Amino acid sequence: MSILTKDSSFWGFRRENGRVGVRNHVIILPLDDLSNAASEAVAYAVKGTMAIPHPYGRLQFGADLDLHFATLIGAGCNPNVAAVVVIGIEDSWTQKVVDGIAATGKPVVGFGIEGHGDHETIMKASRAAREYVQWATEKHRVECPIADLWVSTKCGESDTTSGCGSNPTVGNAFDKLHALGTTLVFGETSEITGGEQIVAKRCANETVRAEFMRMFNRYQDMIQRNKTTDLSESQPTKGNIAGGLTTIEEKALGNIQKIGRTCTVDGVIDKAERPTHPGLWFMDSSSAAAEMVTLCAASGFVVHFFPTGQGNVIGNAIVPVIKICANPRTVRTMSEHIDVDCSGLLQRERTMDQTGDQLLQMMVRTINGRFTAAEALGHREFVMTRLFESA
Amino acid sequence: MIHCVLHDPNDSVAVVVTEGVKAGQQLTALILDEDRTIEIPCAADIPLGHKVAMKSMAVGDTVIKYGTDIGKVVAAIKVGDHAHVHNIKTKRW
Repeated sequence: MSILTKDSSFWGFRRENGRVGVRNHVIILPLDDLSNAASEAVAYAVKGTMAIPHPYGRLQFGADLDLHFATLIGAGCNPNVAAVVVIGIEDSWTQKVVDGIAATGKPVVGFGIEGHGDHETIMKASRAAREYVQWATEKHRVECPIADLWVSTKCGESDTTSGCGSNPTVGNAFDKLHALGTTLVFGETSEITGGEQIVAKRCANETVRAEFMRMFNRYQDMIQRNKTTDLSESQPTKGNIAGGLTTIEEKALGNIQKIGRTCTVDGVIDKAERPTHPGLWFMDSSSAAAEMVTLCAASGFVVHFFPTGQGNVIGNAIVPVIKICANPRTVRTMSEHIDVDCSGLLQRERTMDQTGDQLLQMMVRTINGRFTAAEALGHREFVMTRLFESA
Repeated sequence: MIHCVLHDPNDSVAVVVTEGVKAGQQLTALILDEDRTIEIPCAADIPLGHKVAMKSMAVGDTVIKYGTDIGKVVAAIKVGDHAHVHNIKTKRW
């Protein structure tokens, strides 16, 4: 049983390209590190806008530069974003981001700083941002079928309670959402180590399976090339070990509880790539929490399930991050960060079906507008994944 | 009161899910996949989230959790012992 059926609906913002968002952000998006100051000045001057500062964007090249653009353009294209002001140090790359976002049909404009300086740029960008925010605040939520929803998941500061409680709760919710024609994603390539054959078996067909194994092996090769130890200092993390996780295999088997029991892996995407049909997707991605959630936002996902054991406090600038916890001590000591307490599962007070529904109920309230704990606490993590050194 | 949980009845370790588990206690273990409980003796003080050995294991044995290989034993483990990084290591990387 599920609290949701194919006839279920939610209240979202339908964008120019048909995609549905659950937030209505007007963002000030810096192309590069140098443009953070002007972007933050605009966000300060124009209420209701949000700057998304980040530390990169200069002298990147090749696949690393491609991912930089894909992440920025993807964030701007995300349907949780109503309109975008891009600010960059120079015009050419700024325009590339503007053009990428403009393909959605949403309002977007860019400003280059060179030849003008911060003051003039801030003035021009503030005028545009003020118009955008007044336009966006007149947008209304409309009723949308549940199949229009895109949901991502990634866990963090996991401990053994994650694998027993919060991750299978997400898995139960994913099984139910998969049956409704939604679009779902999981990833964390390194943290599947030890469970890769289980994921491979869940792939919908041979093509997906081969592509999944290709990406898994590519990531393993990267780790083998760069490692200096057996990684026991990094995977599991110190926090994982304090929480009782012993090996990467144990962590991975807990991790993949998030893909439930019945849903199939229907496709594979690279970092920040957009899915092309509904179903569950695997995204080749970092296992670092803020990097992975940012990549999900760049791929177009609008709400995120984040199970935690020891108490990761993450949020995201673009997507609401719903935090789920089964560790009774974390729920007690860090209650302001936890949206869904499923610790009753480990005392046999609740069933997995009940906690899965509990998460879906919180998901519906969140996508209809309720702030998550992370939103209320001002968590706006936006972290770009880097592939290699700058030129 | 459930003191620890295991996923599969053949798992060689279970996860302690309450605070204050002490050596000498009899523990109630819940098998999640079968929704039934079994009793095991506890031989160490084990923190919340850490694992208790469901059986004795020798160096080189494979440790099973989720019904699956999670690593190898690197120091002998007796039933009821605290099972963690001091006696189990990954087989990967």
